[in-house]
Formats: sequence, structure tokens, C-alpha cells
Amino acid sequence: MEQIIANGLYLGAQYALIALGLTLIFSLMNVLNFAHGQMYVFGGFVTYTVVVQLGLPFVVGLFASALALAVMGAAIEKFLFAPVVRRSKRDESTMLLAAGVAFFLDAVILLFFGEKQRGVPKVVNGVFNWDMRIIMPYDRILIGVLAVLLIVAFIVFMNYSRSGRAMRALAQDRTAAQLMGVDVSRYSMLGFALGAMLAGLVGGLLVTITGVNLGMGGPTSIKAFLMIMIGGAGVISGAIAGGFILGMMESVGLTVLSAYGDITYLAIFASLMVFLAVRPQGLMGKPWG
Amino acid sequence: MNAKKLLGFAAFLLVVFVLVPLIINATGRWGFFYTLTSVALLSVAAAGVWLTFYIGRINIGQGAYALIGGYVSAILVTQAGVSFWLTLPIAGLFCAFVSVVIGLPILRLRGVYFAMVTLVLTEVARLTALALPITSGAKGITSIPLPGELSLFGLTIIPAFGSLSNPRFGFYIMASVLMVVTYLVLWRIVNSRLGHLCRSLQQNEELSASIGVNTAYLRILAYAISSFFGGIAGAMFASIAQSIYPSSFVVADSVNFMLYCFLGGLGYVFGPMLGTFLLYFGWDLLSIAKEYQLLIYSGVMIALMLVLPNGVLSLLDKKEGGK
Repeated sequence: MEQIIANGLYLGAQYALIALGLTLIFSLMNVLNFAHGQMYVFGGFVTYTVVVQLGLPFVVGLFASALALAVMGAAIEKFLFAPVVRRSKRDESTMLLAAGVAFFLDAVILLFFGEKQRGVPKVVNGVFNWDMRIIMPYDRILIGVLAVLLIVAFIVFMNYSRSGRAMRALAQDRTAAQLMGVDVSRYSMLGFALGAMLAGLVGGLLVTITGVNLGMGGPTSIKAFLMIMIGGAGVISGAIAGGFILGMMESVGLTVLSAYGDITYLAIFASLMVFLAVRPQGLMGKPWG
Repeated sequence: MNAKKLLGFAAFLLVVFVLVPLIINATGRWGFFYTLTSVALLSVAAAGVWLTFYIGRINIGQGAYALIGGYVSAILVTQAGVSFWLTLPIAGLFCAFVSVVIGLPILRLRGVYFAMVTLVLTEVARLTALALPITSGAKGITSIPLPGELSLFGLTIIPAFGSLSNPRFGFYIMASVLMVVTYLVLWRIVNSRLGHLCRSLQQNEELSASIGVNTAYLRILAYAISSFFGGIAGAMFASIAQSIYPSSFVVADSVNFMLYCFLGGLGYVFGPMLGTFLLYFGWDLLSIAKEYQLLIYSGVMIALMLVLPNGVLSLLDKKEGGK
């Protein structure tokens, strides 16, 4: 039982970090970022390149991932999303753009990094063993702690920094924020960059444990959608709650339901449908986001 | 329907049923029949997605209904020996029924929430197909017999496909007929009282409810029709490929259906047809570019979105001076 909870917490920390980036982009731009999973994979490949092929320390790789994705996110917002949002008749048109970006990133990853599964050697060796009740490799613990630290840093940034306050104002009411003198286009760009950066960071963290490959992008996006549906789209606390809940359900499901075959996700989806029928806006979302 | 529209429709029929087969016969590139059959069937499913867009919902779950339709038809044909022509409407109706059950809770959702739930739905359909015993899991259902003959009062309407000298051509004609009928139905819906009500839903649901439109009933109806289209397209696909697997329709297909609608233009009935044709055919042609195929394809898609954010058919708007 302790093992299941520990696994769930570790998974949840990763998931929450992915969901945070997605929900940030959604709340600021009202864009459902289909390319989020691809950004995550891209981040993983950048870390792999820096650590394995250039032989630099892991921390450098992590920074490189964050930087590369932040620049990519800012460019995507400035040159693609901003013009389309301005000129399109319906908000949903950004979805086509987001899906196009997802395909594009898939193509770029295929050309640059190939289709092989890539991994980075363990950062720390050894296994933590508490009386045979919880067994967990040290590198997983390290990654989990790093993820929690990043979540805390993100919350502190959003709550207390000037940019964070501006972005929260923007998410609450775009027009009002603009009237109060918030530079809307600048903070939209910053928010997109930050969201993409979080995806890249998770990719960089997880490449040490699970590795990355080209096909992971789409399923990761779907998981991220699940999380923000559970927690409520566009709400930071919701994304964190959704991430941890999904991590826990996956961990419990894989243990309890393993006797019945591979039906964990089927069970999660089914319960989500029932949950959404009762509470369409998720745990913490405002009605109709 | 005025004379100009009638003429355009006649020209379209002429191109689809006479010119295209003639050109393909002349050049001998029989592979195109298969491509065009796929385009026709995909555009039937995309028509359903378009209808949900018309009531203001983003539907990324059409793949689920295509998969369900395919399985219903395949199971009935292989295990119960039912004629394919009977299973086609049964598959559609079954999907419509499923969509009513699922739609009752999820159609209360809006915007991105609905989009995400429907996206997840595709994944649910795939996992269900993997888990259920009747669908025989990842192995799928293979060697489905070709459609037999359809006769009414002893009169053969459609000959058995096995006896045709060129079944590809037969499939092309069958799929095209289905596409034409689907779009006629869609056109009729949009230009009817139902269409007006759907437009009111698209603009403001509360407002239309306040003037006495039964919004809950209308959404379910539109979603059921949409899923019906998805189901028959999936059933036809299964019978042409003579096989169906859980991975026959995945999330990427659902997203593609949505993209076809976007690219063609959400404000135009024939938008999804054009979008399907451009994207699917373009993808097929780009296979010469090998490893750069996806790069060029997505690049062109992004560029099109930047130049024409309201779909390709919005070009017509400008000529007429805007609506």
C-alpha cells in the first residue's frame, strides 16, 4: 500500500507539472495546446543531446531544455497564434493551428532526433528501501523532489512576482487587464513561453527515467487534457490536483486492476465521464471556464 | 434551389461520376480510385463533425463512432451472416443510439471541455475494442466478405462486389453516392427550420433557450445525426478494407476530421468535403517527399491557417464583398 502511494505521488508530481503548463496557456490565450506533448518530447530530446552527445552535466541539459522550449513557445505565440487569434472569426480556429504545430514538431523531432527510443544514464545510483515497504530508486526520488520544487517555484512566481500578477489578471479578464495598463501581447507571449518551458523541463526530467521517443507526444497530450478536465481548465490549483489525482489513480489502477488485463485507463475514462456528468467544470474550475 | 446552384450541382455530379473515372481509365492510375474512395468516406464522417460545429461544439470524437460503426457492421457480417447493406443503416443507428446515451451528460459541456471529452472518447473506444471479447482484441476482425448483392423484388440494384471485374471502381461509385447523399441531407438540414435553430444555438445558447428553443433536445439530435454519419462511414471503411482493428481509427483520425472542417471553412456546408479532399489528397501526393512529407504537410497547413484563418472557402466571401 505504501508503495502504491509513493508511486502515485511520484507520478503525480510529473503530471502536475505538465498540466500546469497546459492550463497556463489555456487560461491566458484560450488556446488548447495540442502540441504540449510534442513540446515535452522535444525537451526530452534536447536534454538527451546535451547530456549524452555533448557530454555535459545533467543540470546543463535541463537548462538547455528550458531555454530551447521557452524560445520556441515565445516564437510560436508571436508569429503564429497572435496573428490568427486577431484575424479569425471563431476562437476555435486556433485549434487547427495548434494541431498543425503538433504535426510540425513531430516532423522536426523525426528529422533531428530520429525515431529511436533515447535515454540518459542514471543521475544518481542506488535504491531507497524502507523495510521492504517502499522501494524506490534514488533517481526517481530526486526527480520527484525536483518536480515538486518546480511546482512551488511556479506558484510563488505566479503569486508574488509582477509578471505573475499580470498574467493572473490577464487570465481573469483580458479587457479589464488591458484597461489597467497590462501589456497584453507581451504577457501572452511570456505565458506561452513559460507554459512551453514547463513542458520542456518535465521532458528533461523524465528522460533520465523513462526515456523519450517520437510516439510519446500524442498520448502525453491526452493525459494532460485528462488532468485539466479533472481539476478544471485554466485554474492552477486544479491542474495540480488533477495531476496528482491522475497519478494516484494510475498507480492504484495498475495494481488493483492488473488481474483483469490492461483496463486501467478504460476505468479512469469511464469514471471521468460520470464525474463530468455531475460536475462539468471539474473540481476547481469556474463554470464554462 | 435556383438555376445557378442546380447547374453547379449537375457539374459536380458530372465530374465525380463521369470525368474522374474517365481520366483514371485513360491514365491507368487505378490507385487513385482507392484514394478518392477514402476521400469520399472521410468526408462523410467529416460532415458529421461539421454538424456539431454548427451547433457550436468542437467534436474531436468522430473516430470513436467510425470505429463503433465499423465493428458493428463487421461483427454482424462475419458472425451473424447479415447482408452488408442491412448492416450499414444498423451501424449508423447503433452509433446514433450510443451518441444519445453518451451525449446526454457530455453535451452539457461547452467549448474546450467538450472538445477534450470527445477527444478522450476516441481513446475510450479504442481501449474498449481492445478489452471486449467480441471484438477479438488487438487481432481485430479480418477477412470480412465483400458486400453481396442488393436486390429489391427480384431486381438487382447493386451487384455483388465479388463478381465485379473491377471492385475498386465499384467501391468508388458506392462511396461517392454515399457522399453525395450525405451532403444533400446536410444541405437540407442547414437550410431548414432545424438549421436555423442550430445557428441560434451556435450564437448564444442561453438566448435561444430563453425564446423557447428546446436546446437540450436539439443538441442531442444534431450529435446523433453527426454520429450516424460517422458510423456509416466507419462501416463502409471496414468493408472496403475487409478488416477492422482497434487502431483503425485513433485520436489522430479524430483530430483530422476536425481539421478537414476547419480547413474547408466552418461556415460552408461543402467546406468539410473540400477540406478532406485537399488534406487527404495533398498528403497522398506529398508521399514523394519521403521523410519531409510531414514537415511540408504541416508547414502548408500552418501557412494556410495564417493566410486564410476562416477556411479555404472564405475566398468566395471576399469575391462577393463579404456577408
